[in-house]
Amino acid sequence: MRSEYDVVVIGGGPAGLAAAIKAKELGMDVLLLERREYLGGIPVQCVHPGFGLHYFGEDLTGTEFIHRFIEKFRGMGIEHYTNAHVLNVVSRSYWHKVLTVVTEEGLFEVRAKTVIYAAGARERHAFEIGITGHRVAGIYTAGEAQTMMDVYGVMPGKEIVIVGSGDVGLIMARRFTLEGAHVKAVVELMPYPGGLTRNVVQCLEDFGIPLYLSHAVTRVEGNKRVERVIVTRVDENLKPVPGTEEVIECDTVILAAGLVPYLKVIEKAGVEIDPATGGPVVNSYLETSVPGIFVAGNALVINDLVDYVVEQGEEAARGAYEFVKNGGLPSLRWRKLVKGRNVRLAVPHYLSDTRDTIVYARVKKPEENVVLRFPEIGKEVRLPFVKPSEMVRVKLRKEEIARAGGRITMEVVGDE
Amino acid sequence: MKTRVVIIGAGVVGASIARVLSRYENLEVHLIEKAVDAGMGVSKANTGIIHPGHEDDPDRYPLRAKLCVRGNRLWYQWTQELRIPAKWPGELMVALEEEDMKVAEHYLELARRNGVPGVRLVDRDELLKLEPNVNPNAAGALWAPTAGMMSSPVAAVALTENAVDNGVRFHPETEVRGIRVERGEVKGVETNRGFFEADVVINAAGLYADKISAMAGIDTFTIRPRRGQYYIFDDDAGPKVRRIVHQTPTPTTKGVYVITEMNDGVMIGPTAEDLPEDAKDDTSTTREGLEFVWEMAKKLVKGLPPRKKVIRTFAGLRPEPPDGRWIIEAYDDPLGFINVAGIRSPGLTAAPAIAHYVVEELIQGKLDVKLTQKSSWNPYGRGFWFKALPREKQAELIKRDPAYGRVICTCRTITEGDIVNAINRMKRMGVKTISLDGVKLRTGVMGGTCQGAFCRVRIASIIAREAGIPLWKVTQKGEGSEYGIGDVKVLLRGEKDEE
Repeated sequence: MRSEYDVVVIGGGPAGLAAAIKAKELGMDVLLLERREYLGGIPVQCVHPGFGLHYFGEDLTGTEFIHRFIEKFRGMGIEHYTNAHVLNVVSRSYWHKVLTVVTEEGLFEVRAKTVIYAAGARERHAFEIGITGHRVAGIYTAGEAQTMMDVYGVMPGKEIVIVGSGDVGLIMARRFTLEGAHVKAVVELMPYPGGLTRNVVQCLEDFGIPLYLSHAVTRVEGNKRVERVIVTRVDENLKPVPGTEEVIECDTVILAAGLVPYLKVIEKAGVEIDPATGGPVVNSYLETSVPGIFVAGNALVINDLVDYVVEQGEEAARGAYEFVKNGGLPSLRWRKLVKGRNVRLAVPHYLSDTRDTIVYARVKKPEENVVLRFPEIGKEVRLPFVKPSEMVRVKLRKEEIARAGGRITMEVVGDE
Repeated sequence: MKTRVVIIGAGVVGASIARVLSRYENLEVHLIEKAVDAGMGVSKANTGIIHPGHEDDPDRYPLRAKLCVRGNRLWYQWTQELRIPAKWPGELMVALEEEDMKVAEHYLELARRNGVPGVRLVDRDELLKLEPNVNPNAAGALWAPTAGMMSSPVAAVALTENAVDNGVRFHPETEVRGIRVERGEVKGVETNRGFFEADVVINAAGLYADKISAMAGIDTFTIRPRRGQYYIFDDDAGPKVRRIVHQTPTPTTKGVYVITEMNDGVMIGPTAEDLPEDAKDDTSTTREGLEFVWEMAKKLVKGLPPRKKVIRTFAGLRPEPPDGRWIIEAYDDPLGFINVAGIRSPGLTAAPAIAHYVVEELIQGKLDVKLTQKSSWNPYGRGFWFKALPREKQAELIKRDPAYGRVICTCRTITEGDIVNAINRMKRMGVKTISLDGVKLRTGVMGGTCQGAFCRVRIASIIAREAGIPLWKVTQKGEGSEYGIGDVKVLLRGEKDEE
């Protein structure tokens, strides 16, 4: 490991690989650090299809998708380490960040002009979602179960209850069934499924797996391993309704209850966090509030599609390139992106008219036949439907951004 | 000839006794434990406070009062010798209302009578300076500066390991089936792993001490489980407290504690729920219990970290004897049988003092066993953490063993080197089943933000490699808690697992 780079990418998943490849293509001096023992991140454990429709125009499995990136990355000879843990990132000055890195070759201090943080997300676990009862074997997050099955070849269990009907939960239901397990229920807190309709049909209905809407797993019971779960109906405030408890016998509970950006390292570096996304506050260059630290992928905002993650990685690399090439980003007036009606989260938080910017957003509640409006710049996009589980992606051209004063509101309104 | 001693139960109490006994050369000491590892019973889950010793009334509970104060002092020494991570932030017993100050004064008087140093009343202004996050409407508090904290299962493991280093034999996964008594004297202990001859049998079986005692013919008491539920927040979540904070006890509740535990996460709890006598394994949490803890803690401090920063909820059981009295006794019939039973709070604090009391007053005193000191006795533990080392030492260590350069638990910065070291220490200590919980206890892996979702499979595969077993057979805490149920494709094809 050398002592100085233009850009150090933290994370060797799709966002990190895409960022490193793009940065190298732009002629920068790149180091990539991955904490696991292999490159590729989460797609390595995803043997199901649905990857790359936007980016490659093909329907690939996660492993096929990420393989293409790993091959390209390797072919470019980009310096990288696996089993590399970043202890901390310190911003010493506008121009220099210092990373302390542990690898099996030793402990390194590395100077970087820019850092692209692409360390992904972590999964919410049982204690965060109010599951009480016994702490026994047989409770896994979906990601852990996937890694067990598809990377390490271990079968987690036989009689399965899945918590959460987002795409991850739905796909796990099918995955377990195909592997010979019996999925007894998918339990969803909300009154509607969290994932794509396509996945509800292909992963549950085709296999006759029951979906419990407006229900929660409130308790896990067992002696050494899970023996049963208690499932309870919830009211409109999502509170369990006493007297509606139902027992489901099972040996395994899989939690697919959502993701949270994993920010330990850069939080300590002082980046500002948006409570709505759980990720850092960023500008059009995907630069955080610590200059020269960029962020992409699920560490920025929880994405639905790997294609968006890759797009953000490349965008962060372009941001880093501007930073390195121009001796810092231009001084300019940022326009704040303001969340209006039925917008729960939106990134980037600050927009500039120096570049076209893709805005990613999520709504609070499902609606049909709506208009996505940016009143200050007079932009409207008609959408047949919006729902919280499906990210809204819209490109604002720099000329459009230039039309606004200090703020740009984004709102979802009825189609009049 | 050596005197044979069998200790039943490798919790903090049993392991403390083992450590003290390991100083003598004319003893052959066996420490028997039914779980896969030390510290997996009562010691596994509690608040971990080393109490100052002003909460026990010397008239009602003279032994408790005396041993707690002495235990507090001994832990200063023992935690250093054994390298058990501990800290000593002092404790504030907060009077939320003006009339609670009378309760605080009562405990000040007990502190004086028990000989607890440094205890005094503080008014609201001083309270808020000592602890800025306490409820600003509190009337004042009783300040006890000698209070400390540590993790009790870590302590149980460190004590057991040190005892083994000094010649004690540790027998995990060994369940007692009977106590053999002949002509009024104990002769030994029947277990699932055979018969252990013994001249002295010490019952430190925690929640099951009543059952063990009955096997020796002493069935005069029952131990009831009292459950305590807790929350732990992520280490980066605030606001925190600097000191150990709890409420003045009331007739109905002792109130909950708010502390910043050893790994820097705020911890709140416990409840005090009396469970039926047969619920000795019920360490489950409940919605009601956790809600109670939340409401109580909210009264005590100005701010708790946000709920979404909770990384773990758990429950532990304390053994509650009749009338709250510890049963620490040697008997004339059967001679050689010693009960150390019903060691409720402040049992963790008192454990070293209980151990000395048992050895000096009961074994040496009452049973008249002559004890000869070993010429060399090693008081020091093997506690070791990569992340606690200075940078140069870390670099040196990685150079010697690259496994220390592979960080497995990224939330807590625990390396493969730490894990392998822990596994080797487990083997050396006599642990038969290298469990995920055992590795967790010794290293802190899986205790952070992700609670193992990222790292558990890697830890399990390291255990599988070091223990020479298939990955899926690695257990959380022994047989019946396997990590998986088999190999994916072998199961699907219905073939026999070759391993």
